Amino acid sequence: MKSLAELEEIRKRTLEQISMRTNKDSVRIVIGMATCGIAAGARPVMNAFLEELKKRNISNVNVTMTGCIGVCRLEPVVEVVNPDGSKVTYVKMTPEKAARIVAEHIINGRVCLEYTIGAEEAK
Amino acid sequence: MRDLSLHIMDIVQNSISAEATCIKVSIIADDETGKLSVEIEDNGKGMDKDFAQRVTSPFVTTRSTRRVGLGIPLLQASAERAGGYLTIHSEPGSGTILRAVFQINHIDRLPLGDISETMTALIIANPDVHYMLYIKSNKTCFEFSTAEVKEKLGEVPITGYEVVAWIKDFIDDGIKNTFGGVLNEVFS
Repeated sequence: MKSLAELEEIRKRTLEQISMRTNKDSVRIVIGMATCGIAAGARPVMNAFLEELKKRNISNVNVTMTGCIGVCRLEPVVEVVNPDGSKVTYVKMTPEKAARIVAEHIINGRVCLEYTIGAEEAK
Repeated sequence: MRDLSLHIMDIVQNSISAEATCIKVSIIADDETGKLSVEIEDNGKGMDKDFAQRVTSPFVTTRSTRRVGLGIPLLQASAERAGGYLTIHSEPGSGTILRAVFQINHIDRLPLGDISETMTALIIANPDVHYMLYIKSNKTCFEFSTAEVKEKLGEVPITGYEVVAWIKDFIDDGIKNTFGGVLNEVFS
């Protein structure tokens, strides 16, 4: 059985490990989590992003949710927002695509063009 | 929606859009009456009587991107399909209580789904909101509150990987202990 006392240990460990990083100039991953997104499977996608970031120990990325972006037929929709405000919109997301976006876009800085809204709309 | 945890996630978004700072999710299974009640209570800005009455219509929404809003109507449909109902009590300025009731043994009742995943996703997306989770069966009950966790953590953020993993396990444990074999699809 888990107990609240374990949090104390996590706290100590975390404080030892990191000098608090400020998340000012971090990349943001914004996931559409309105009714349409949730029904299309946005929660497993969000989880895949978190898992992948955790696996690679990346801490300067914020994962957040937003409401309906307005293209429900392309849900789950994910926006990757760079610190300078420019953004890339990925559509019809899956957990597998999420893992690839972390590796290629977040880490290596190469946009996964075939998953973007532009590529989807050009079909 | 495939399960109740997704419905909960969806309805909590309404509370967040209503600028709630404190959101309580209660899941109460009562063997004697055979009813499962899912309640979401917030301290958001609330709705006036007229709007609260109309909000179960798919054509009533506050958002501006389009004129339909399906979150509440879908939950109402899920409840009614399982021999239950949905009620909303709202007071402008003080908050909203939304309750969906299901017949536990109804064949069309949605499974509970992954409640801990819903909670952790909500916490990560809005770490400043206070979430409470209350789970009760005739056997026992379980409570989780982010305020308590934050107090223990002090300056360590609640969104840290290790903390989130702990929260997930903590809630999973609580659900297992509370519902055990009664709502045994919990483990699926």
